[in-house]
Amino acid sequence: MARLPTFNVAVVSTVLFIACTDFVCCNNGRRVGDNLETEFSGFSVPLEHSFEVDDVAKFRVRGALVLKAGREPSVSLSQNQLSEDDRTKLKEVAAVDGLYRIRVPRVFLQADRQTERQMEGYLTAFVRACAMVESHLSDVISLHTDVSGYLIGVSIVTLPGACRGTEVEDEVDLEVFNTTLSIMAPVNAPGPETALFLERMEQESEKKGKNPQEQKSFFAKYWYLILGGAIFLMVSNSAQPPAGGGREQS
Amino acid sequence: MIADLFILRQQYVGKVRFSHFDTHVQSSKKVLVATERNVFAALNTRTGELFWRHVDKTGSEGNIDALLQHGQDAVLVVGNGRLLRSWEINVGGLNWEVVLDSGSFQSACLVGQQDMVKHVAVLKKTAISVHYLSNGHQKWIENLPETETVDYQAVYSDGNGEVYVLGVVPHSHIAIVVYSMEDGEIIKQMSVEAPWLYNIQASCVVVGQGMLTCVDSAGVSFYMLDLHLQLQMTQVPLQSLALEVDPGFHPVLLSHQPNPARQPLSEFFLQLGPDHYQLLQLNNGQIAAMRDFKPALLVSFATTGEKTVAAVMSPKNKTVSKCEIERSLPSRPVVNLFSAETGRRLLDTTLIVNMDPNGGKPEKLYVQAFLKKDDSVGYRAMVQTEDHTLTFIQQPGRVMWTREEALSDVVTMEMVDLPLTGTQAELEGEFGKKADGLMSMVMKRLSSQLILLQAWIGHLWKLFYDARKPRSQVKNDVTIENLSRDEFNLQKMMVMVTASGKLFGIDSKTGGILWRHYLHNVPPNAAFKLMVQRTTAHFPHPPQCTLLIKDKDTGLGTLHVFNPIFGKKSHVTPPALPQPILQSLMLPLMDQDYAKVLLLVDDQYKVSAFPSTKNVLQQLQEMAASIFFYLVDSSQGRLSGYRLRTDLSTEQIWEVIIPPEVQKIVSVKGKRPNEHVHSQGRVMGDRSVLYKYLNPNLLAVVTESTDLHQERSFIGILLIDGVTGRIIHEAIQRKARGPVHVVHSENWVVYEYWSTKSRRNEFSVIELYEGMELYNSTVFSSLDRPHAPQVLQQSYIFPSSISTMEATLTEKGITSRHLLIGLPSGGILSLPKMFLDPRRPEIVSEQSREENLIPYAPELLIRTEWFINYNQTVSRVRGIYTAPSGLESTCLVVAYGLDIYQTRVYPSKQFDVLKDDYDYMLISSVLFALFFATMISKRLAEVKLLNRAWR
Repeated sequence: MARLPTFNVAVVSTVLFIACTDFVCCNNGRRVGDNLETEFSGFSVPLEHSFEVDDVAKFRVRGALVLKAGREPSVSLSQNQLSEDDRTKLKEVAAVDGLYRIRVPRVFLQADRQTERQMEGYLTAFVRACAMVESHLSDVISLHTDVSGYLIGVSIVTLPGACRGTEVEDEVDLEVFNTTLSIMAPVNAPGPETALFLERMEQESEKKGKNPQEQKSFFAKYWYLILGGAIFLMVSNSAQPPAGGGREQS
Repeated sequence: MIADLFILRQQYVGKVRFSHFDTHVQSSKKVLVATERNVFAALNTRTGELFWRHVDKTGSEGNIDALLQHGQDAVLVVGNGRLLRSWEINVGGLNWEVVLDSGSFQSACLVGQQDMVKHVAVLKKTAISVHYLSNGHQKWIENLPETETVDYQAVYSDGNGEVYVLGVVPHSHIAIVVYSMEDGEIIKQMSVEAPWLYNIQASCVVVGQGMLTCVDSAGVSFYMLDLHLQLQMTQVPLQSLALEVDPGFHPVLLSHQPNPARQPLSEFFLQLGPDHYQLLQLNNGQIAAMRDFKPALLVSFATTGEKTVAAVMSPKNKTVSKCEIERSLPSRPVVNLFSAETGRRLLDTTLIVNMDPNGGKPEKLYVQAFLKKDDSVGYRAMVQTEDHTLTFIQQPGRVMWTREEALSDVVTMEMVDLPLTGTQAELEGEFGKKADGLMSMVMKRLSSQLILLQAWIGHLWKLFYDARKPRSQVKNDVTIENLSRDEFNLQKMMVMVTASGKLFGIDSKTGGILWRHYLHNVPPNAAFKLMVQRTTAHFPHPPQCTLLIKDKDTGLGTLHVFNPIFGKKSHVTPPALPQPILQSLMLPLMDQDYAKVLLLVDDQYKVSAFPSTKNVLQQLQEMAASIFFYLVDSSQGRLSGYRLRTDLSTEQIWEVIIPPEVQKIVSVKGKRPNEHVHSQGRVMGDRSVLYKYLNPNLLAVVTESTDLHQERSFIGILLIDGVTGRIIHEAIQRKARGPVHVVHSENWVVYEYWSTKSRRNEFSVIELYEGMELYNSTVFSSLDRPHAPQVLQQSYIFPSSISTMEATLTEKGITSRHLLIGLPSGGILSLPKMFLDPRRPEIVSEQSREENLIPYAPELLIRTEWFINYNQTVSRVRGIYTAPSGLESTCLVVAYGLDIYQTRVYPSKQFDVLKDDYDYMLISSVLFALFFATMISKRLAEVKLLNRAWR
């Protein structure tokens, strides 16, 4: 497929900016609390969810997010399976078009001590419960940090995202979360590209300089044509009296 | 050039602070005004137009502290005593300007000697300086004694070669320092006990032979001090003159010094109550009451030649009781002249002030007196009302001109379509009515056809009648009666809301003010939001606008519902809003009367609807699950989303918190709801389509860092979906600082910032694309868009700072977009969006050329042909409003600030309009000729065929 090369440049630069994004996929179904703080140098915060028929949020632990601070923050998730009760409840909520909400506590990734990391309040997001059911619990959760490492937002989407009203018969499909998790820091917006532009201008002017044809004056370039024309005119003028000869020359 | 026909510029000056009539020539028609908006101007007293105008810096730097006028010179003290300027008032040229020593300004006066005024004295907190009027050079400057304790407040001179500086030690004594005019030497210095005094300017005036006359704030006594003798203050109880101050009122004195080289008049006014004045006279050290004016709204002195008169404005109906005056505005006050010397009323000097019933109360009265041929005094009056209107009135009550200075501070505006004409409306009405039987329908049709025929004949007759008149006499004045929509909907009603609380309806074609309405109880720091609830499209229901007025401190709001065409307050009673309002939003839902539903969210997160009929509530219940809204709390950096429940309560569904310690939210911009996007994608060079990410719920959130160090400061751009709270894109621009101007439209966001690293203004554009295929091409739902869009961004250098920015808007969105940029220089630039396109290639290729992309250049040049206002400077542009017209190519633009400028722009040229020089004659004659030629040749061919057949 032949795309525009220029377009590719733009896309590549965008990708470079989100290179610090780290994708982690986890579906290990480990029990939460086994190894919250020990295994990594990072720290763990609970990921909670809520889905109620009456839509009054009641958050329960869904899993544990293990966040690793540093220049390139990373995140991994260990989460429980949905219990039998939860599965039926989720389907009930989906039937009344309720919401499936998640929340994470606000944290500050760059702090050294645990006490400084936790901040007051939660960041919340939601999807429609039916989308959760119909996608068989395949969701994409992204955590967004700001420039200094504060977690500022969380978002969740399911894949596929639509609610088509298809029945999910198989209970097994609703047992295990299939979560794609990422943590994103803000990208650096580009400034005006003066250096590249100047380089290009220089190249162009060099090109012009190298080409000697451009430098020549009008007469230098076309002297033979002018000369030829002049000779032709002179010849045609002088050859007018003998009628046939002039014609043949031209 | 035809475009000039549609340009409209109105220049304003702002609320008048000081005003002087030019009196040095008897026939002069100038009035000088210095205003609260830092403008100094001369108005033509015959027409109200500007002779000239000087716009100074905004804020305290350009604040005009004092205006003194002498002959052809006007002396201004500007910027809290920073500058002293002299203007030549005939042409408005600057005579001279001097920078004064630092120190906060107190007072200034002209100083005369032997009937010649040659100096101006400026009093500052710690020093007094005297300057020559002719060139501004400083004659002398002296530090004031004892400035730690004494608060010097006033300077006075009456032409005897001495300058008196009056200071006060609050509640203790008055300090008087007398300087010699020649060399600034202190002649005398003394203090007089005055324990009741704390502000000289507010309670003292100099009257007659240099008698400092004060009145204490309780209004018990006069205190008099002869400035020349300076013995001690004599106390005269007000009761001895049978005067009584209204309880709770601070009495005010008003004196008059017609010539700075002479002594002031010995007559002066004492204001005893809000509508009670007393004319007094000082005679040989004795105060005598001359005349009592009650009720009187305003008083003023005026001098012409040797005669001085007192003008008194009083409500016409003198039997009106006092409390009634306070409550209701007397609609027709009258002004009368009284001789200042005798207090007698002058004959035939009554002037009726025709007040606008929808206006404010009169606030100030300026009188221009002149001598008539028979040596009697005639006058004209300029009345300033609390809605910032200046009205110039001639005897016996003819309004010569009116200036609506409130329009110098437009806060928000909307453009509303004009209603249909009577006949059009009749037709509309026919189809709008319910069908009731065949026969009546036929009759209705016939009657409306008759009306149409009648209107057409009337129109023809008018055409025929007008054709005989010379063209100059044919006027088509727009009045409120003959307002109607034109063919292409180019003429609209501009509804403007001003900071003073006055609303205006302005015809966009002529610029005439068709209605005005002053809202009396608007708090001074109110925020306004104007919404069009019902457009003119729903005949016979009148159009309806709603203005939400919110007190910024308390958050309490009120609603004003009105008809935008006539300005009349609607009979619909708006709901009372007892709770502070957090958010208001217009829903696309309509009630049975076609009024859009306005939802108001209070601080308890309860939602109320307006109008709140049963029908509306039912619709809201049905739609509740799909009504989302967001709230922004910038002090805590909190953005939160809510969903409406069926019982009109709300529930929070998402929350994003941006820590305010690092960055603070400065603006949140959504898209305009009336915006149409014609094409879903962009065709690329290889004929594939790149689809735009057109999320109508997308919000652009701009933050600025709290750290202002130039290496660490940054601005942040967050694109958040307003329904799900999903952060679509998060970017920071490093080494950048505000103020940030943002435009958010279609699939792009353009913002402008100051780059601290390179010390220049830069533009950046973000565009969002879904990619090569659409996820769901039929409908966009924020709840079902799992894939994040592609984000492209590019930045450019802009050679000027900007004051405001807006994008053009057209009916169907086919026309290419331009950005309208208000520059501080007074130009309005129409920058094609094509230049702000992140796909501009750095290296030109065949495909980018195919796509018509402009090669990337880091600098955006300002081309002079992009200025849509040509040479007509628009001062201090504060906002630009764009509205679509009925023609797809045309966008209506209004720039407002100190001036109002209205024009049309054609971003893709006038592709749907025939040129002015389009040759109708040629085309139609060619058509006819061809038609006849075919007819004739057909006939000829027939004949020929027939002949051949015979052969």
